[in-house]
Amino acid sequence: MLASIKSNHLQSESKKLGMMYFRVAIVLFGAQLLMGLIAAIQFIMPGFLFEIFDFSVARMVHINALVVWMLYAMLGAVYYMIPDETGMETVGVGLGKLAFWVLTVAVTIVVLVYIFVQVGSGSESTIWLINEGREYLEAPRWADIGIVVVVLVFYWNVFTTFMKGQKTGIMTVMVANLMALAGLYLAGMFYTDNISMDQFWWWWVIHLWVEATWEVFVGTLAAYALIKIINAKREIVEMWLWIEVLMLFGSGILGLGHHYFWIGTPEYWWEIGALFSALEPVPLVAMFVHVLYDWGKEQGIAEQEGHKNVMRNGPAMAWIVANAFGNFLGAGVWGFFHTLPQVNIYTHGTQFTAAHGHLAFFGAYATILIGMMYLGLQGAYGIKTLKATFKSKMGIVLIISGVLGMTVALTIAGYEQVLVERAELGAGWNAFFAAQELPWYVQAQTWRAIMGVVTFVGFIYLVWDLLTIGKQARLAQQAEA
Amino acid sequence: MDKENLSVWTSIPFWRRSAAWVTGFAVMLLIWLSFDTLGQISMGTDEDLKNGITKRVPGPTVINYEIDYKMSEKRGSEVPVIGKKELFFGKEWSEQEAADLLHLGKLTSQAKNCMNCHTLLGNGGYYAPDLTKAWLDPAWREGGPLQGMTGKDTKEEAMAEFLMHPSQYPTHARMMPDLGITAEEAKGLVAFLKHMSSIDTNGFPRNFSKTVEQFTAGGTNAR
Repeated sequence: MLASIKSNHLQSESKKLGMMYFRVAIVLFGAQLLMGLIAAIQFIMPGFLFEIFDFSVARMVHINALVVWMLYAMLGAVYYMIPDETGMETVGVGLGKLAFWVLTVAVTIVVLVYIFVQVGSGSESTIWLINEGREYLEAPRWADIGIVVVVLVFYWNVFTTFMKGQKTGIMTVMVANLMALAGLYLAGMFYTDNISMDQFWWWWVIHLWVEATWEVFVGTLAAYALIKIINAKREIVEMWLWIEVLMLFGSGILGLGHHYFWIGTPEYWWEIGALFSALEPVPLVAMFVHVLYDWGKEQGIAEQEGHKNVMRNGPAMAWIVANAFGNFLGAGVWGFFHTLPQVNIYTHGTQFTAAHGHLAFFGAYATILIGMMYLGLQGAYGIKTLKATFKSKMGIVLIISGVLGMTVALTIAGYEQVLVERAELGAGWNAFFAAQELPWYVQAQTWRAIMGVVTFVGFIYLVWDLLTIGKQARLAQQAEA
Repeated sequence: MDKENLSVWTSIPFWRRSAAWVTGFAVMLLIWLSFDTLGQISMGTDEDLKNGITKRVPGPTVINYEIDYKMSEKRGSEVPVIGKKELFFGKEWSEQEAADLLHLGKLTSQAKNCMNCHTLLGNGGYYAPDLTKAWLDPAWREGGPLQGMTGKDTKEEAMAEFLMHPSQYPTHARMMPDLGITAEEAKGLVAFLKHMSSIDTNGFPRNFSKTVEQFTAGGTNAR
């Protein structure tokens, strides 16, 4: 991946910019996993780095690195696909590169301040300069404003290129969805003393990102990738995409109600949130069926025409299939587990949520974004057919096993916590610790840490593969020719 | 898919229009409900409290009142009950003083990143106890283990003392780190916690802290 800087077969500057975003994304992914390991160890060894690098800091960097690496990979994926979809070079790609460096410098400063300054005094200056202290949206206000400027540059590039170039269905959905995605960030950029009001708008950003606009984004990426990888018919993937938009927005927008059960908001959100969020898994099933159906269909056509294999990029397709299933399982099934208020009154804010969070972010987003990186490498090295290597396989198998293992461990910890702390003891200070110290809970957290290490080993294989697969495939291709 | 389409089910324009209509309808409904909700969760005033008007999120001067969390037969869950006046840090707080104290407390809760270990209204990290109704936790009451540990005479002073020097008062192997919280910030945080406990959270958390003593004492609960 790094070598792709030197030997770059990409003609398009926009695609090169996409690769720049991918490179930073994978570094931040590594940072996310390291922070996760520290936090997991602190669950079983509470003295680990106590008052040096506390859980709150490790977790803050863990979840921020998660969001930021995904946004980087998303921006990268868009810059990569624009020339293919619009048939032209991105307008203002030079400005896009400048924005990339501005964003990268800003992210570096924010992370260094998180790690070395950690907390500030109870004043506005802390919110502006150190951290905002609101889960996922910790970035201090100066960085918020910087992010808005960078995203405006990005959106202007996407929009003007779209207006000048071909207007495919995929790009139409992308442009409309990105406007909503970018605009929603503004809902998280203010301060209020009213914690209920605070969380009301906070969920507009978090929920309407991960359960609506990000999901539609994944739908558009999958549509683009299926055309690139297995030569799927554009009319079919674009029709599916509109159906997905219908179902994802139809369920996801009002599904927001499932975060309004207990934060001071009125009771009618019980019914609205339960109904619409219960429907949220439906499009995820549809997306899964769609990916596998198209693959089978295109493979059948290819065989009929006498070609052996329709697949142009093995590792990318593997990650996209992992996405289709992981999205359904992590976001759909694990989400549905605790989305009804009758259950959620006990499970809200427990390890159950953590279990869902891990599998959903991984299954719905990490997978397809890694797939896009493999697609980018294929382009950067000018490979006709990219085949999975041993390292690609180790990467995908270990990462999936690790994340599934963590999810199962956290689910078991969650059951324990929900039944003992919440149902039996009623959620007070000592009730919390009574549950946290039960042997089954500790055992589950130990397994979570072990599975975290498995995930990290998988990540090392993934990075090793990303660094080497392109060059190897290029040499093999030259040897064949 | 093209012009000689046989069925509406394979027509891209049909699905595009449907997607637009469904999305538009969902957005309109969300905006309409949001306006209603924002009205219902706007903070009450001192007048409301004096006149016994129940607000989902009471005004900052709620810190001058006793707060309880009782089962409501009608709603089938526990609801906050605001009782008679009580002193908070030894005084009654004026409307402006209470608002300033809550402001300091909420800001401090963000500046110290409370939410990445604790949950507030159930949202945040899962490494430390939920703080939604922490003010009402029996352990902080007179005679409760947490108040006893700090050697203070009132709930608010005990909580403030703990917040300033948490690692001096370990309750479990997993401890809260010293975050450099000043005496003023600690008062603000306790006001923030007391205010949060008065918010009507539709019965979350359920059955709050009723049976811990019985559970830890062992034996049967049959009486």
